[in-house]
Amino acid sequence: MSLYLVDPMAALEQSSRAAAAPRRERPAPHVPVVELRHVTKRYEGGDVGLEDATLTISRGEFVFIVGHSGSGKSTLMRLLMKETDPTDGIMRVAGRDLRDIGRRKVPYYRRNIGMVFQDFKLLPNRTVYDNVAYALQVTGSSRKEIRTKVPDILRLTGLSTKLHNYPDQLSGGEQQRVAIARAFVNHPPLLLADEPTGNLDPETSIGIMQLLYRINRTGSTVIVATHDVAMVDKMRRRVIELQRGRVVRDQAAARYAGGEPNTAELGAVLREHLED
Amino acid sequence: MKLGFFLKESMRSMKRNPIPSFAAMASVLVTLLVLGVFIPVVQATTGAANDVRDKVALEVYLKNDATNKQVEHVRQLITDNKDVQSVTYVSKEEAYKRESKRNPEAYELLGSNPLPDSFRITPKDPDDIDAIRNALAPTTPSGARTVVDPAIDEVKNRKEETDKILTATSVVKLAMVLLCGLLIVASALLVSNTIRLSLFSRRREVEVMKLVGATDWFIRWPFVLEAIILGAIGGVLAILMLLVGKIAFVDPLASDFALISAPKTMSLPLLGLLLMIAAVAVSALGSGLSLRRFLKV
Repeated sequence: MSLYLVDPMAALEQSSRAAAAPRRERPAPHVPVVELRHVTKRYEGGDVGLEDATLTISRGEFVFIVGHSGSGKSTLMRLLMKETDPTDGIMRVAGRDLRDIGRRKVPYYRRNIGMVFQDFKLLPNRTVYDNVAYALQVTGSSRKEIRTKVPDILRLTGLSTKLHNYPDQLSGGEQQRVAIARAFVNHPPLLLADEPTGNLDPETSIGIMQLLYRINRTGSTVIVATHDVAMVDKMRRRVIELQRGRVVRDQAAARYAGGEPNTAELGAVLREHLED
Repeated sequence: MKLGFFLKESMRSMKRNPIPSFAAMASVLVTLLVLGVFIPVVQATTGAANDVRDKVALEVYLKNDATNKQVEHVRQLITDNKDVQSVTYVSKEEAYKRESKRNPEAYELLGSNPLPDSFRITPKDPDDIDAIRNALAPTTPSGARTVVDPAIDEVKNRKEETDKILTATSVVKLAMVLLCGLLIVASALLVSNTIRLSLFSRRREVEVMKLVGATDWFIRWPFVLEAIILGAIGGVLAILMLLVGKIAFVDPLASDFALISAPKTMSLPLLGLLLMIAAVAVSALGSGLSLRRFLKV
């Protein structure tokens, strides 16, 4: 346990590596966690959120969703949270058709999904500890459970010295760590992050991405919507690119920009632009 | 176990949002104070108006030569009428005593007693007075009045005064009912708006709770409990202030003003209980219902 205090990240990685080891020896069976079949989402007023999007994400994957602002990243996230319903198409999460989840069942559905936002969305009137505890209280966890789980997860996210601070007393990176701790304290099988580093400087972003990656190594499927080019290029994970609501690229171990252009290709693109 | 958690949550939110909480409590307090003063005033006024209406009476003057038997017959006639509540016999002597007290000089000049024996009739409902009159002294087709019994000389109802009393009191009653209704509507709007404002400042919090997977009632209970607590505090304070006001100002004056001592006002404990229930119910309902639109995430 003293190891956690020295370097919680390393400790988490060690433990998760042990857990994940058998999975890496033999390729994971492709159990789909998220399935979209020809999903279209049009907002009132005619704006297109998603257009005929079809994709499958398997258990344990780490996926980047990339694209410009308005390309449909956030729409996809909101659809997965069941904040809105698709206009058309079928969505399945963990094999369950989202249309079958009634309004009253939505809260129970959401407890299986951790959600991290660009603007953190912490409860301003609660301390770090209480913010994380709330996610457990919602599920009706016992006080004893909360008292053991919350300090654990806060140690793992490197926040053990900030337990009793309020969110406005924390830096952006720390707030995002609290948000991640809250999202992960239930050990949800699926973690969604919508621009988790959008408000953070590059160095802090690396820490946040490491944290997400480590959560992925414990077996949770992680979907990150981002336009952080450096991060995507560095991590080299599966990239799904959206453009005006359509899936235009789905590539394993890819870069942010499609096709991985080399210098010559880049030159050609530039020349084309100059000729226009 | 859950209740403890919800109570703790509402305590926390009151501590962390003292100003909206205070505003909600203060609006309940002020509203109850106004209602607590106004409801007894309305009751006293309508009570006083009813007292005045009760003074409306019909006089039946008897002929001077009427025998005792005839007088008894007239009394029977009057008491048989279903609209009559009570009837009193006023003899010449009594009438003379009463009138000469009111205007001693005039009656001294007269020397003798010109007043007839009479019956004074109080109707069950002041509005029925004309019906009684018509029964005792029906109008002939030519327009003149006749009487149903030879012993009756004349039936008078002091028409002008009666009409004035009846219209004035009904206007007062109507005005009071309207004012009271307006005041209650205004109070409900004030309280629910204050609650809505304080909820609006916390709508983001509600949104986050929903995204974390809280059910609607898990979010709602602390808010409703908070409203109940604030409503109860406001109610208790208002009732205490009303009590102090009653003991300090109203009670010493009560002996001098008929309006205040009017017997038909509600007793203070009952009024307090009603105000308390209203305060708690309006706050709880107001917050529970206002929260609905923020729960749609």
